[in-house]
Amino acid sequence: MQHLGIASIILPLLVGAIMIPLEDQKGHWRAALGITSTVLLLAIAITLAWQAHLGGGGEGLVSVYRLGNWPAIFGIVLVVDRLSALMLVLTAVLGLSSLVFSLARWQRMGAHFHALFQFQLMGLNGAFLTGDLFNLFVFFEVLLAASYGLALHGSGVARVKAGLHYIAINLAASLLFLIGVSMIYGVAGTLNMADLAARIPEIPLENRPLLEAGAGILGLAFLVKAGMWPLGFWLPRTYSAVSPPAAAIFSMMSKVGVYAILRLSLLLFSNDAGDSVGFGGTWILAGGILTIGFGAVSVLATQDLSRLAGASVLISSGTLLAAVGAEQVAVTSGALFYLATSALSIGALFLLIELLERGRDVGADVLAVTLEAFGDGDDDDDDETDEIGVAIPATMAVLGLSFLCCALLLAGLPPLSGFVAKFAMLSGILNPEGLGGRVASVSPGGWALLVALVLSGLATVLAMTRAGIRSLWATSSRSVPRVGVIEIAPVLLLLSLCVGMTIGAGPMLRYTHAAAEALHAPRDYIRNVIGQNP
Amino acid sequence: MELILALAIGVLGGSGVWLLMRPRTFQLIIGLSLLSYAVNLFIFSMGRFPVGAPPVLAPGTSGDPAVFADPLPQALVLTAIVIGFATTALFLVVMLAARGLTGGDHVDGKGRGS
Repeated sequence: MQHLGIASIILPLLVGAIMIPLEDQKGHWRAALGITSTVLLLAIAITLAWQAHLGGGGEGLVSVYRLGNWPAIFGIVLVVDRLSALMLVLTAVLGLSSLVFSLARWQRMGAHFHALFQFQLMGLNGAFLTGDLFNLFVFFEVLLAASYGLALHGSGVARVKAGLHYIAINLAASLLFLIGVSMIYGVAGTLNMADLAARIPEIPLENRPLLEAGAGILGLAFLVKAGMWPLGFWLPRTYSAVSPPAAAIFSMMSKVGVYAILRLSLLLFSNDAGDSVGFGGTWILAGGILTIGFGAVSVLATQDLSRLAGASVLISSGTLLAAVGAEQVAVTSGALFYLATSALSIGALFLLIELLERGRDVGADVLAVTLEAFGDGDDDDDDETDEIGVAIPATMAVLGLSFLCCALLLAGLPPLSGFVAKFAMLSGILNPEGLGGRVASVSPGGWALLVALVLSGLATVLAMTRAGIRSLWATSSRSVPRVGVIEIAPVLLLLSLCVGMTIGAGPMLRYTHAAAEALHAPRDYIRNVIGQNP
Repeated sequence: MELILALAIGVLGGSGVWLLMRPRTFQLIIGLSLLSYAVNLFIFSMGRFPVGAPPVLAPGTSGDPAVFADPLPQALVLTAIVIGFATTALFLVVMLAARGLTGGDHVDGKGRGS
């Protein structure tokens, strides 16, 4: 059982490596291997989350896996706590859904889709598990290299052009990552995150600016991945150009950046960090709020469904970053709940969009919105009033309902889990000590975040309603898309998980609250990683 | 020694950033390569400059850190070089694909080379 952590990295690595030389004309073997591996990953992730939450006598468990049993400061460590276990579960769920979705047609659009997909999962899992900055870099590169391949999957001019920008900006960001890591090493003499957190309080005053500069540069590399304004202009363009299964797993990739910021800012600059307490928090809060604003504007401005999904990735990233910057346990807990909800619903939306757009003219959306702007759209409505009582085809009903769920989840309207998540964050801002506690004054940053959250919800409702009316109710002549069960099933799975999270919001919030408390008081983490040297 | 290294990193980094801003994909890739050289030298310099010191213990000596070079930045540089090389090669392929599809080497795929 103790090897489960490393298994979630080794398994996709091996399966991906086996797939490459496999002689397999029809692709059945590769598909079977890929699905098996991803299901196993899901099982492993759930077991790890179970252990992290309920192991160690109900207190929760930070389990540390030392490769080769070297002591933590010298060797490589993998750390499983509640946060990383949650991220593993989300990765596996999204991975499984988009892999099943791809079986219908996308897997045949290019070479080595399944192998790249496994490497992508390996990189994601590794980045969530590692307890060492340089290994984080290595896993980032693994997941990026795989994502370059996935971004270009299916080829075509739009994908290659977007892919070129995507690769260029990520290569530059990786260089920033390296500069940050080496500066931190130059000052602190270690790259193990826990050891670093333990050493930061003792760093002499004259070296602190260098350390903080290093941390800032490192943070920039993560913020590029998370798509913070003004570093995220590449994101909507790339996400709308890539194939839908890849976009669904990419929605997890932007969460990697948020995860790294969350983990490092709370671990390295916790309350024990001496003079550097809370370094960068205000910047992350401000950047997050600006990102929400930019995302809200681009959601409203967009005329195209995939761009809309890309812009909602920006809103989601901005919300998470701002919540991390707020540095309160209750807000972080709500943010973790929001992270799970938004990752699942954006993944579902990316898959759904492809189904909705099937069988319609390219550019129909653009035309529709432009016509609307000139008040010239629906003149032909009158001709069809005699068709009252036309049965809605079952396919359209399912697609429409799924779209409605996505809209509710992304906008944060009741009754689905998006509302619970936003409510948890807002109540965390207003009542840091829980309902019924002392009424605390809310900081200006808190008010700004509150306003941004509510307004971004409004913008999402407007944009999603418009897009929904145009793609589902519009009277333009269109055929009902042909959708296989295997394509709609992953969307329904993701959405029903969100419904499940709404029903099980109590236990889920207890989990995220425990995770947030552990993040804000990282002594246990540090002691578990460094202590008990053999 | 420090001055020479700092100047070298600065010149490489400056030229790299300048090339990164140019509109042609070839300039972009050369810029990224120069930047990655600069970053590799920078990582190396973070291990300080014990000139002529070995990074591994000589037989029969015990560990006095002052006598030895820090081996960790060297290992980091090695990893960074390998990864940078691989990603540059991959980027080159994408560049060729973009050139084949758009018929030009502008980063936005506009127009033919001037």
